[in-house]
Amino acid sequence: MVELIAKTACDGLLPITHGSVTLSEATPERITAVAAFEGQAKPLAEALMASNSIAMPAPNRSTGGAKLRAIWVGPDQAFFVGEQLSCELGGLASVTDQSDAWAVVRLEGAHAVDVLTRLTPIDLRSSVFKRGHTAKTDLMHMMASITKTGDAAFEVMVFRSMAKTLVHDLTTAMTSVSARDIA
Amino acid sequence: MRITCPHCGERDRREFYYVGDALAIDRPEPDAGSDVWNDYIHNRDNPAGVTRDLWYHESGCSAWTVVTRNTVTHEILDTMLAADAKEGQS
Repeated sequence: MVELIAKTACDGLLPITHGSVTLSEATPERITAVAAFEGQAKPLAEALMASNSIAMPAPNRSTGGAKLRAIWVGPDQAFFVGEQLSCELGGLASVTDQSDAWAVVRLEGAHAVDVLTRLTPIDLRSSVFKRGHTAKTDLMHMMASITKTGDAAFEVMVFRSMAKTLVHDLTTAMTSVSARDIA
Repeated sequence: MRITCPHCGERDRREFYYVGDALAIDRPEPDAGSDVWNDYIHNRDNPAGVTRDLWYHESGCSAWTVVTRNTVTHEILDTMLAADAKEGQS
């Protein structure tokens, strides 16, 4: 029998550090896409709170923490990134396992925001884009989910097939930013 | 040009995909007749001024929005979800 070797999306590419910024891969156990059926948003939110103690995020927001994070991706839709959801949502929502479909990376460091600002059109200033805020937006030409997870930490998700491009674009920006980073 | 998505707020035009005249959501009845259908499928105004278009928030929340804008000044006058626009008509 063929022994298949599971590889993460950014296998062999990360981690990379340039100046104050480090790019590393996050390997969540599960990525579960949850989309409420029409009229079921409220019971769905209650079910998730009861079973996993996590709130369904409001638009442009995330809830939870490192163990399990809910990231808003669309109207009454969220990605649950981290441990497996422990409840049945039949009748309330469409639930899809997307664990292997996304490349998830962490960008951390004092100048992480300067790196991302080079690649995305959204306003990332800390007065506007705060911890827990999230955005579905462009990153270069890719559709990406960007979530601020700490004062100088971001989590970025793109389709797995674009992992190498994501790492390339981010490291190019990191190199440019660190070149200007006169300590 | 910046478009205000009803879900995501003000976003860069690059996040959106232009679909065409918002007339597309006013689909005629199947038995409306060939003149009405011909008009619906083929004929569009090309105004220098205010127009209503459908835009798809492609790299954002995937919402279909009706954007009222001025083709001369690039001013965005109004945005609403296509679903709400359709509800308002019926």
